[in-house]
Amino acid sequence: MLLLLLSGSMLLGWSLGANHGGNLFGPAVGARMIRFTTAATTCSVLVVMGAVLGGAGTTATLGSVGTVTATGGACVVALAAAATITLMSRFGLPISTSQAVVGAIVGWNAFTHTPTGFTSLSAIIASWVIAPCIAAAVAAAGYAAVRAASQHSRLHLLTIDAMTRAGLVVVSAFGAYSLGANNIANVVGMFAGVVPFHPITIAGVQVSPSHQLFFLGGCAIAVGILTYSHRVVHTVGSDLLKLSPVAALVVLFAHGLVLFVFSSQEFSRVLRGLGLPGIPLVPISSSQAVTGAVLGIGLVKRARGLRLGVMRDIAAGWVTAPVLAGLACFVGLFVAQNVFELEVSVHSGLNGVGSCRHPARDFGIPITTPESYRLFCAESESLGDLAHSSLPRGDTGIHSAVCGSFTARAAPWEAAIRSPQNSKVVPGLKTRVRRVLAAATVAAKTDGAGSLFG
Amino acid sequence: MASASMLFGRTRQLVAQIDVFLDAVSQGAVVFRQGVGDYLSRNPSEFQCRLNAIDELESRADTIRREVENQLYSYSLIPENRGDVLALLETLDDVIDTAKRTLCEFAVETPDIPEDLASGYLALADASVQAVEAVVLAARAFFRDVRSVKDHLHKVKFWEREADRIGERVKRQAFGLSVDLSRKIHLRYFALHVGNLSDAAERVADRLAIYSIKRSL
Repeated sequence: MLLLLLSGSMLLGWSLGANHGGNLFGPAVGARMIRFTTAATTCSVLVVMGAVLGGAGTTATLGSVGTVTATGGACVVALAAAATITLMSRFGLPISTSQAVVGAIVGWNAFTHTPTGFTSLSAIIASWVIAPCIAAAVAAAGYAAVRAASQHSRLHLLTIDAMTRAGLVVVSAFGAYSLGANNIANVVGMFAGVVPFHPITIAGVQVSPSHQLFFLGGCAIAVGILTYSHRVVHTVGSDLLKLSPVAALVVLFAHGLVLFVFSSQEFSRVLRGLGLPGIPLVPISSSQAVTGAVLGIGLVKRARGLRLGVMRDIAAGWVTAPVLAGLACFVGLFVAQNVFELEVSVHSGLNGVGSCRHPARDFGIPITTPESYRLFCAESESLGDLAHSSLPRGDTGIHSAVCGSFTARAAPWEAAIRSPQNSKVVPGLKTRVRRVLAAATVAAKTDGAGSLFG
Repeated sequence: MASASMLFGRTRQLVAQIDVFLDAVSQGAVVFRQGVGDYLSRNPSEFQCRLNAIDELESRADTIRREVENQLYSYSLIPENRGDVLALLETLDDVIDTAKRTLCEFAVETPDIPEDLASGYLALADASVQAVEAVVLAARAFFRDVRSVKDHLHKVKFWEREADRIGERVKRQAFGLSVDLSRKIHLRYFALHVGNLSDAAERVADRLAIYSIKRSL
């Protein structure tokens, strides 16, 4: 039953691996630098590593657009996204997994009357535009630098070729890790609120349900790479395979870097530490990053006949993919709920004790005591309501921090308390937030939820 | 890691082979010049040595070229420049082939060159060899420093024109002699052959001019 519910996600993961895996190591295999089996196996391992070690950031952002609160609902979201991708691909329309998944989640929000996290949504939509532009800029700068270096270095043509080939293997590995870290949210992000696993301990190390989910999603991508990407590499071909090895190297580097930057919590933290705005951790379209990078190189080479139609198609995909996926999800949820009597959402409150998302679950702490749960939810939801009614949109983060009530973590709460702007808007905010935290501490005495805030 | 070290090892070997090939072409031109000089100074034993030497150099260049071609195709190396490099090696091989063939024709046909014309033939051989030297330098630059290829190509053009000019002068002198028409034609025929070496160098230079533009794009 569990595998059936996860089938949509697994299909998304397989499709991602089958289509993008070949792009990652195709140039290296085509250059006879590495055998297909070795490349596919290495990339699969790195994709899983990226998903498990670095997938939390983008998944949290996708979850803040809308946290699907029932396994059945998450299954429909994944299937709707997968169906949209299949349908659009069938008709040759440009499609991105990220856009389909976001559209499907918004569709779930609309069906269940759950407010959409517009701050996160706008960050994700902005990233769809920004990511290909960054990839283009990185690729243009990288290609110009590599070309200048190769012309000034007096290295032999064959030595440059050998270095390029070795570089292809390295950037393929980097790209695989980044793909896993960034795009795992597209594969299993819809299940993040209803992780259908229990914590397990392996060799003394506790593995949280979220990490188990990421591992499973990573494995789905890996299976796609191992079983089907050879068609992309050997038969179907791709734009990347038509590039020169140097250009392919630069494109893969730009692609991997963009995916990494938009998924690395550490990098974002470093930027904030330097007083710079942090990069939003959002799942971006891998194929659009590649297209952006290829266009960037075209600009450096002053290539004529740049196909502006490609950019137009990408921009059209930003609209059509989410809308279609949202509609498909809405219809799918209606059918699932009314025909198959599947539970597609669970409202917050005592009804949610069994399946509703609680951050404590991410840490392997079961929330099973109704009294502690009631106390915690009552306080946090009252503050959430207060935020809804009192706070302007686009404030310094408190809205998104508290309106999801029990999905909020300690860090955003603390940031909300410290913000002088928020304190002015909501009198007594500090006290009320502290009360929620105190409620959580009380809960901790009975079921351990307070460890979240410790 | 093993794959990377194999790759760089193979690359070093190929780089060395290409260098040896270019050395062979360059040495072939020098041997050609010495061979023509020995023939004109009527020194048959030395001439035979030069003939043997250029035969060996040409054979070595052929072998290396085939090995390099095999390696480039077998391992899909330099895919965007492979066709250009192979064509470059083949046209360079034509240069040493031309030098060897011309010396062979001297040996087989033993043209009776009057002493008055000897200096003209020697100057023609010198100009042709200079053209070959310049084109070998241009070929080396193509592999390592593509921007300096054109610094050598203009010299090839210069020496090729110089060879044409000297060749014409030799032919005029030959036809001005009071000898049989058949001998005059034979002398002209050898002036053409010696000059062919500079033409072969020019053909390589023409290709290099295009290849270097392609590489710098």
